[in-house]
Amino acid sequence: MTKEIKKEKKQAALKQLAKTPTGISGLDELTAGGIPAGRPTLICGEAGCGKTLFAIEFIVRGALEFNEPGVFVAFEEKADELTSNVASLGFDLDDLQKKKLLKIDYVHIDRSEIEETGEYDLDGLFIRIGHAIDSIGAKRIVLDTVENLFAGLSNQAILRAELRRLFQWLKNKGVTAVITGERGEGPGLTRQGLEEYVSDCVILLDHRVSEQISTRRLRVIKYRGSMHGTNEYPFMIDEDGISVLPVTALKLNKDASTERVPSGIPPLDRMLGGRGFYKGSSILVSGTAGTGKTSIASCFASETCKQGGRCLYFAFEESPKQIVRNMTSIDMDLQKFVDNGLLKFHASRPSLYGLEQHLVAMHKMIKQFKPRVVIFDPITNLITVGSVRDVKSMLTRLIDFLLDEQITVMFTALSLNTIVNEQTDEGVSSLVDTWIMVRDIEFNGERNRGLYIMKSRGMSHSNQVREFIITDKGIDLVDVYLGPQGVLTGSAREAQRLQELTNAVLHKNTLTMKDRELDRKRKVLQSKIAGLQSEFESAEEELNKMYTEEELVKKVSEENRLELLKRRSGE
Amino acid sequence: METNHPKYELRLYVAGKTAKSATAFANLKRYCEEYLKGQYVIEVIDLLVKPQLAEGDQIFAIPTLVRKVPEPIRKIIGDLSNEEKVLVGLDIRPVLKNV
Repeated sequence: MTKEIKKEKKQAALKQLAKTPTGISGLDELTAGGIPAGRPTLICGEAGCGKTLFAIEFIVRGALEFNEPGVFVAFEEKADELTSNVASLGFDLDDLQKKKLLKIDYVHIDRSEIEETGEYDLDGLFIRIGHAIDSIGAKRIVLDTVENLFAGLSNQAILRAELRRLFQWLKNKGVTAVITGERGEGPGLTRQGLEEYVSDCVILLDHRVSEQISTRRLRVIKYRGSMHGTNEYPFMIDEDGISVLPVTALKLNKDASTERVPSGIPPLDRMLGGRGFYKGSSILVSGTAGTGKTSIASCFASETCKQGGRCLYFAFEESPKQIVRNMTSIDMDLQKFVDNGLLKFHASRPSLYGLEQHLVAMHKMIKQFKPRVVIFDPITNLITVGSVRDVKSMLTRLIDFLLDEQITVMFTALSLNTIVNEQTDEGVSSLVDTWIMVRDIEFNGERNRGLYIMKSRGMSHSNQVREFIITDKGIDLVDVYLGPQGVLTGSAREAQRLQELTNAVLHKNTLTMKDRELDRKRKVLQSKIAGLQSEFESAEEELNKMYTEEELVKKVSEENRLELLKRRSGE
Repeated sequence: METNHPKYELRLYVAGKTAKSATAFANLKRYCEEYLKGQYVIEVIDLLVKPQLAEGDQIFAIPTLVRKVPEPIRKIIGDLSNEEKVLVGLDIRPVLKNV
C-alpha cells in the first residue's frame, strides 16, 4: 500500500518539470517557478534590451538567494568591466567571487590574432567551462554572448556542430544555463539562429519606443513542458535590477470585504449608506477642472492616516509640497502624516516613462510600502503616454492587483466635457465600484459645485445632488435647494434660505396679531355675557318679588277670612 | 642574450591524445624541423590534465598553437594542415623553400 503511494508520488514528481527560480521578481510567477532546471534557456533581444543584466541577475540571485553558485562566461565584457557595470545595482561580484559563489570567465576572441588551419573543435572551451563549473560546484551558468564565437571563427560548420554539442554537454552536466543571443536583421530571433539549438525555453526581451517613450517588454516565446504566460509583460530595470510585472489576473475571484472605510467627509459617508466605501474597492472621482477632486482625494488620504493606515499618493500633476501647501488652505495638515511615515507621495510626470513602466513602478512601490489606500491623482494625464485603450488595460491590471491585495484605491479623473452621458473617464467607470462625480453648476452668474454619486456597487446610496463646498474649515456637503425654480446652489440657495427665514418671521408675527384679536373679541363677548346675566338676575328677582307678595297676600287674606269666620260664629 | 636561447617558444594546447592533436603535433614538428631547426621549443599542454591553464592563454579551440616568443602572441587553431597558413601565422618566411 505504502509502496503504491510512493510510486504515485514519484510519478507525480516526474510529470512535473523541475524548475530553477531565477530570483528575478515577477518572472518566476510568470513561468510558474522559473526556468527549466538543468537545461539551457535562451534570452534573446536587441542590443541594450537588458540581456546581460538578466543573465547576471540570474547568477547573482542564484548565489545569494538560492545558494547556487554560478559561472559567468563572458564573451563580450571583461570581468572587471562587468563588475563595475553591475555595481550600480548593488551586486558585488568581487565579493561573490571571493566566497566562491561566482566565477567569471572572460573568453577573449580576437580574429586578428587567430589563424585557422584545418580541423579543430571547441574542447578548449568545454574544458574551461567544465573547470570553472567544477571549481565552485556551480549549478548555474551563463554564456554571454556565445554568438561572439561566430565573429572570431570562420568555420561555421564546426561552430554549429560544436555549439550543439556544447548545449547537450551542459544539459548532461545538469547545470541550468542561460544563453544570451543578439537579435539580428533577419527573421530569426538571434543572428546565428541559436534558437534552433536551445529548444527548451526561449525568452525574448524587447525595448520599444513609441511616441518617444520607451517600454521594455518580456515574452516567453517557448517553454517546453510547462505552462507559461504568453503575453508580453512589461519589465523595468532600476536600482534593484529587473522587475517583471506578471499581473493580468484573468480570474475574478477576489475576496469581497464588507468592511467599510470612511471617506473623511462625513456627509459623503452618509450619502454612501452612512458608512463610506467598501475596503478594497475602487473609487473614481471625476469632474471638470477645479472642482475639488484633489481635495476629496486628500481628505480620504488624511482620514486614512488619522486611523493609522498607510496611504500612498501618486501625484501626476502637482509636487508633494504643492499638495501639502494647498491642502493647508482647507485646514488639512498632511505634512504631519508625511513626517510620521503614514503618507507617502510619489510624484512623477506621466511622460517620464511608458505606461507599462509606470505600472511596474507603481506595482513595486505598492509592494514595498504596503498601503491601505492608494490614490492616483489624476489618471487623466496618463493618456498623454498611451491611447485610451492602453490606459484602460493598464488600469484594469492595476485595479485587479490592488483588489487582490485588498487595497482601497481612489482615482481622480478630469472630465474634459461636461455632458454626463458622453463621459467615459478613460472607460474606467465600468471597472470601479464607486463613481463620484463633481460637476459645475452654473446659475445666477456664479459657479458652484454639485456632487453626485453616479454609482456605488453593493450599498444603498443617495441619488441626491449635494452641493460641495470647500471652505477654509474643510470640505462640506449641503443639500441643494430644490424649488419651483429648479436646483438652487451657492448664493441663490443662501438667498432662498434667507427668504424662507423672513417669511417665517412674518408669518409668526401675523399669527400673534390674530391671537390678540381673538383674545379681545373673547373679552368683549365675555363682558356682554356678564351684562346679560345680571339683567336676567334682576328680571328673575322681580318675578320672585311679585310671587312672594302674592303668596303673602294670599296668606294674610286667608288668615283674615278665618278670623272673620270665627267671629261670625259668635265665639 | 645567450646564444642557445631559443628564438621561438611554441605551445601546443591539446585535449587528450586525439587524432587531431596528433596530426597537429606531427605537422608542427615537421615545419619546425624544416624552418626553425635549433631555434625552437615546443611545449605540449594537455588541458585534460591541467584545465586551469586554458584561461591564461585564452584557449577555446583545440588544438591551438600559441607562439609565446617572439612577441606579439600569435594563435593558430586547427590541425595545422595548411603549411602556408601556419608559416604566415608564426611569421616565418619560408625563404629556403621558395627561392
